[in-house]
Amino acid sequence: MPRIPAPVLDLHRQTLDNGLRVVLAPDPSAPVVAVAVHYDVGFRSEPVGRTGFAHLFEHLMFQGSESLEKLAHFRHVQGSGGVFNGSTHQDYTDYFEVLPAAALERALFLEADRMRAPTINEENLRNQVDVVKEEIRLNVLNRPYGGFPWILLPPVLYDTFANSHNGYGDFTDLEQATVEDCAAFFDAYYAPGNAVLTVCGDFDLDTGTDLVAKHFGDVPKRAVPKRPSFHEPEPDRERRSDHADPLAPLPALAVGYRLPDPDSDLAGYTRAVLLSSVLSDGDASRLPSRLVHRDAIVTDVGAGCGFFSAFDARDPDTMTVTAVYPTAVETDRVLAAIDDEIATVARDGVSGDELSRTVARWSAAMFRDHDRLVTRTRAIGVCELLHGRGELAAELPALLAGMTSDDVAAAAEALKPDARAVLTITPGAGSKGPAQ
Amino acid sequence: MTHTAEQARTAEPTHPLDQARARTAEQIGRTELGPRPLPPLTKQRTGRAPAHTDQVLDNGLRVIAVRRPGVPMVELRMRIPFAGTQRTHSARSEVLATTLLAGTVRRTRAAVDEDLARVGGELSATVDPERLLLSGSALTSGFDVLLDVLADALTAATHRTGEVNREKARLAERIAMARSQPRTIARLALQRRRWGDHPITRELPEESEIAEVTPAAVRSLHRRAMVPRGSLLVLVGDLSPARAVAAITEKLAGWQSERQATELLPVPELHGNSLLLVHRPDAVQSQLRLSSQGLPRTDPSFPALQLANLAFGGYFSARLPENIREDKGYTYGANSWIEFNPHGATIIVDTDTATEVTAAALLEIRYELGRLGLVPPTEEELDSARRYAIGALSIGMSSQSGLASTLFSVASYGMDLDWLRGHPARLAKVTRGDIAEVAARFFAPSTFTGVVVGDAGVLSAQLAALGGVDLP
Repeated sequence: MPRIPAPVLDLHRQTLDNGLRVVLAPDPSAPVVAVAVHYDVGFRSEPVGRTGFAHLFEHLMFQGSESLEKLAHFRHVQGSGGVFNGSTHQDYTDYFEVLPAAALERALFLEADRMRAPTINEENLRNQVDVVKEEIRLNVLNRPYGGFPWILLPPVLYDTFANSHNGYGDFTDLEQATVEDCAAFFDAYYAPGNAVLTVCGDFDLDTGTDLVAKHFGDVPKRAVPKRPSFHEPEPDRERRSDHADPLAPLPALAVGYRLPDPDSDLAGYTRAVLLSSVLSDGDASRLPSRLVHRDAIVTDVGAGCGFFSAFDARDPDTMTVTAVYPTAVETDRVLAAIDDEIATVARDGVSGDELSRTVARWSAAMFRDHDRLVTRTRAIGVCELLHGRGELAAELPALLAGMTSDDVAAAAEALKPDARAVLTITPGAGSKGPAQ
Repeated sequence: MTHTAEQARTAEPTHPLDQARARTAEQIGRTELGPRPLPPLTKQRTGRAPAHTDQVLDNGLRVIAVRRPGVPMVELRMRIPFAGTQRTHSARSEVLATTLLAGTVRRTRAAVDEDLARVGGELSATVDPERLLLSGSALTSGFDVLLDVLADALTAATHRTGEVNREKARLAERIAMARSQPRTIARLALQRRRWGDHPITRELPEESEIAEVTPAAVRSLHRRAMVPRGSLLVLVGDLSPARAVAAITEKLAGWQSERQATELLPVPELHGNSLLLVHRPDAVQSQLRLSSQGLPRTDPSFPALQLANLAFGGYFSARLPENIREDKGYTYGANSWIEFNPHGATIIVDTDTATEVTAAALLEIRYELGRLGLVPPTEEELDSARRYAIGALSIGMSSQSGLASTLFSVASYGMDLDWLRGHPARLAKVTRGDIAEVAARFFAPSTFTGVVVGDAGVLSAQLAALGGVDLP
């Protein structure tokens, strides 16, 4: 096996007087910069009766601020040659842009202006409620397998409102959102001390430091909310639920397992990440070679840690195994094959070659992902905010390389069938599905 | 998507929101200092020209290798023109693509994946009516393995009967999945509306056509069509261009044929036509897809068309999304883009809207199409589109995978790295007069054809009132 070089992140940290944590990572290899702001609030923090509010509020943060009319944010980023977006996850909301290096100060100005004084009004709120409803129709209501599994599985695996509710939100809740809700949400969660600013790319460290101080330095300090724990006990039995999807042509299932806490049990979480790759990364991995190719009982199968990606949430987090299969195949046959493969790993472990293949794929994927400045910047911001160390964003290959066959076996052993959730999709368009 | 009352447990009593009602939205939106000036842009550095080579090998394969260090990886893209006119071609080529990496004379299916995995490698094959695309990457230290697997698949894929039959069954399932997606339904309907039964429309074979494919037919297609002459290989990454070409020449020495890879038949020019309403029962959202004739990159007016398209709907700060999303809230996204084929290009306008506002959204699309020609983009709109086009190109080229994909997409139609690097200068020369001329010519509502996919029971009356839509 060839020697695999290790990626290194050279991060420069500071904390402003207002509490804003800043991570700078200069990299002159291409004349572009990326700026990301991660706020420590996601859809798990939404109050009852306001499902989808964190995401709706993310939309509102693009609607203008004291120095910027509606539409100005988009126009200034794109009119400077840049691209932008935002996203809302369980435990964070992020805003980011990538631009030619000449627009660095402008990007910092745009992010600081909305951190300091966003424009929140009735007209923009109603407009963005409509836009978000269209987003939900597009991604959930009008398509087969909409919200599978990230919206559909949590209410089976989890009990608390925080962990189980739909992060996109119910239309009735979205429609009831008020300007006062928005103001309270901003004041509670969007304090500079509740955020991480990450800047990567083609800039000089001193210049970057000065520009950050110039634009973010006078954002007023505000109280930072005490972060609640979202921990809840594991299920004490297997839980099953079925979702009828009238648009789906084939049955599907998602199995959800609770993961070790990535912060208090980094090794345990990492073992599960390695296991998920052993199970489903590539044609030769355990689940595809058995279920897709040998038994020929599923169309596709996959496994992964986190609903969006690994290390993308605090505890509690979820490992999922998903499969789509022909109507003629019984659900329990698919589940039994998955269980059998997991049990085999738990009993026999994996070969050295299997381990090194998995590590090599993760290393390459990390190099490739982080070669895109936007991906690297966002990964550093997430790891700094959620796990306290931006460097973690590049350490997974090294952590995985330190794992043994016994570690993978232990991770497989930890996937207890009597503490998991199984969601099945019953297709409504199934009668037209092809037979085996 | 509904939740039961049982799941809606009460939040903690000390929820931060309960204590935070200190300020109103008006107070939040103002500071003592007041609005601040937008900082100017500083001087932009341009990247250096990377070392590269662009040459045609003896077997007829065009190879472009670009050195872009940074991370120890190599990106690979390959285009093999793979068109066919026979009714059976689409299904055969789909099965061929899914079994191309499923085993060779020297490697089992598992061995292909294991050999790639050991060097952090990936390789995948997809096919469409125009070409077969191989896309992959590997750690630099495994470049030779990546090339070896590629060469093995090109020259010695076995398309074993067992693999072919298994992949046929999976393809049928995947096609059923794809055909249930509204975007696929709309895409297939648009292709038929634009080009009838032309081979370019055969993007997804019927399940019955897949069932008829035999292993022998797949192997025969491989021998006839999987040829280097007319094909393109792009490599970008931590490599030496000269050494990369030497390695390719050696590894692909056995890939020979006197045949020329098959390009798509000429594609007829598009003409304006009414839209076709395609019924999708109970749809809560409709797909609007409009299309007109565009210009290829070789045309002197292409840079002006690119900027006119941006100003219309090619990015977020464009007229259409600002109107139907940010003003009216009809949609999550409204886009337009230029779609290329080997013989030219078309413009596509694309949005999904709630059923009840579908006709209203169509009215606004037609209004904005007409307005682009009659009230052409201002100097400010032109400058914004130009800076975005240049900036987005530079961002796209700043990673190995982005550079590989960008270069591959233009090289597929005869351009090269110098064309890409020279493109900002062409965009810089576009004037308001140029953009007004192409806007009037290519965005006139009367030049568009297209489809609306949605619930005809609700849409028919609205669309009939608006006119220009053929009802089912």
